[in-house]
Amino acid sequence: MTEKALGPDIENPRLREVREAYAAMTRTKQMYGGIVMVVFVALMASGFMLADSRNAGGFWDGILNIFIFPGEVLSEAAGKATLLPGLMVKFFPSLIETINIAAASTLVGALLAIVLSLLSTRGLARFPRLIPVFRRMMDISRAVPEIVIALVLIFILGSGPVPAMIAIAFHTSGALGKLFSEVNENASMKPIEGLQSVGANWTQRMLLGVIPQVAPNWLSYALLRFEINIRASAILGFVGAGGIGYDLKNAFSWGLGRYDEVAAIFILLFLTIVFFDQLSSHYRNKLVGKT
Amino acid sequence: MTAIADIPAQSDWKDTATARITRKRLIAFSAPLVILTYFVYLFFAFDISGLAGRARMDNAAVLVADSYSYKTHVTHDNRRGDLSIAIEGENKGTYPDGMTPDFVTLTGESTARIALTAGESAKIDGATLRYSVPGYGTVTVTVEGRKISLVTPDDTVPDWISSSSSRVTITGKGGRASVTRARTEVFRYSYGWELFWFTLDSPFYGKSPVELLGLALSGDRVVADKSNFAAMVDGVWNNAMWRHKDVLWAIFETILMAFLGTMGAAIIALPLAFLAARNFSPFIAVRFGFRRLFDFVRGVDGLIWTIILSRAFGPGPLTGALAILLTDTGSFGKMFSEALENVDDKQIEGIQSTGAKPLQRYRFGVIPQITPVLLSQVLYYLESNTRSATIIGAITGGGIGLLLTQAIITQKDWEEVSYYIVLIILMVMLMDWISGMLRRKLIKG
Repeated sequence: MTEKALGPDIENPRLREVREAYAAMTRTKQMYGGIVMVVFVALMASGFMLADSRNAGGFWDGILNIFIFPGEVLSEAAGKATLLPGLMVKFFPSLIETINIAAASTLVGALLAIVLSLLSTRGLARFPRLIPVFRRMMDISRAVPEIVIALVLIFILGSGPVPAMIAIAFHTSGALGKLFSEVNENASMKPIEGLQSVGANWTQRMLLGVIPQVAPNWLSYALLRFEINIRASAILGFVGAGGIGYDLKNAFSWGLGRYDEVAAIFILLFLTIVFFDQLSSHYRNKLVGKT
Repeated sequence: MTAIADIPAQSDWKDTATARITRKRLIAFSAPLVILTYFVYLFFAFDISGLAGRARMDNAAVLVADSYSYKTHVTHDNRRGDLSIAIEGENKGTYPDGMTPDFVTLTGESTARIALTAGESAKIDGATLRYSVPGYGTVTVTVEGRKISLVTPDDTVPDWISSSSSRVTITGKGGRASVTRARTEVFRYSYGWELFWFTLDSPFYGKSPVELLGLALSGDRVVADKSNFAAMVDGVWNNAMWRHKDVLWAIFETILMAFLGTMGAAIIALPLAFLAARNFSPFIAVRFGFRRLFDFVRGVDGLIWTIILSRAFGPGPLTGALAILLTDTGSFGKMFSEALENVDDKQIEGIQSTGAKPLQRYRFGVIPQITPVLLSQVLYYLESNTRSATIIGAITGGGIGLLLTQAIITQKDWEEVSYYIVLIILMVMLMDWISGMLRRKLIKG
């Protein structure tokens, strides 16, 4: 039986060659995979230990304390549960401000992104030679974290929603610009050529030829960005840019005694994020044609 | 017969087409109108008109000027009577005895001549300051006991000099001077980031790149116990003015936060995603539970996680890493489980037919299918989390975000702020480039 099974192997050296080559390839692949795995695990472990040693409180002490603060907040909120709805109403205007910052920056950023993306898409660009310039502009504005611009503008313009709005809009223009120009690249050139043949200028070609094709995808990306920007504007509030983040910082640094306010803001923020998350994913699915 | 049947249908089309065009026209006009109305509302909600009044353009001017220039303070202490020269007036930037910048000439124990730009010059002679402006003359300010006397050539005080009983400030075109009872100070502005490489106490200060290269290659030791090259590296690395060591550590901490957070989240989310995917998790309750868990973790948002965790773990990179980890576990869990629901069953069945156990089925039937999606998401998040880590660092206190907020709060080290901003942008672009390169290599090849 065994002889019979081995038979064709001996008869056909080509088959054996292939099998050996395959086995060797598998071994090298496994070895590389193993090496990558070992390096990765070593990086994670040493990184964790380094981060642990440079942290003010260690990981193992902290993990035991992790429920103390939420516990304090919850117990104080439970003690003053009747006040919570009132507090939520009190902080609602700041919540609106946070949402306004996000909406305004998404709108401004998206409008800038539309212009930048049209100017940096091959085939559509008004000035084809300047495509790399506009691309680098988008790269840079995408790379700047919002907090950098926000902090500098807060120094000049004072605390308030405008620095946050400008900061987020700047970043949004780069992030959306890149996504928009990817969408533009897939647009059909036929309507644009048709418009060109009847003498339409660049603005008309873009407005009537490109935008109707790409608007649904643009909108879908902009909605996703809006969701991200709500989170960003809440965070920027914490460093002094107004909105609900600023109230959270005040209530939080006050400490015990105002944790009912912290709880109210946590709830408001959570509900807002979940609401806009659901809303945007619903409309995104509708726009891109998924069910 | 077909023609007759078609006629009402065609008129139907015409109606729908007209209706659609009307609707599109309506949208085309109303959408910009709605946006415009919203901006008008924002104009009042954000109080844009009041903004001009609150804006501190003088702050902006200081910020811009400071980011590309520095000032040297020449100070005479009117009480102790000694003279000192310091860059930005900082202790760390004080010129040691016997060393002066080329625009200052020391003529005695407490007398100095300072050549300013735009033809102006100043002379400190003990408690007397003589500030010469071409075409105007010499302004003399003297501190006598508790009194400060100001003498101008035409006996009137021009608008670029502000004078009170306790302070006289001269703002010339080529420099500034301020005299109080305690000290007489002259400021001279120069371009560049002074002391960026070597501080004044370093033997390599003020040498040109060519000289430095020559020194690095030569065997004559400037510092006794080190080779010249090692001494130079040491001088730059431990620069007290710009703190390159701390800054690079901070950048590294920020990247570490992003790396640990993203990878940790991916490792935790992968097994959980199997439990939340429709085709792998047989129990609806488990599936539902994990989905809601992902939604919850995502909905609570990085800001709240950061606050909760910073209470337990204190400031530092670990707190930031854990905050990123928690938030992204939710996002990854959701995305991975969606990817798992889209896998092709045929490959799994093929592996099953060879008698593979469940774990082997997952390893060889499922993982290879979702790896590209998984990797590209993880790498994309790694880049985006480098930016988040900067912000989280500013809140919890760790990494470059902390240094940036500290430098901005002092409101004077704007050259350091611009240095950090440049480094942050380079860091994010580097991570963007690495993640893009890895994505192309790992997913295509």
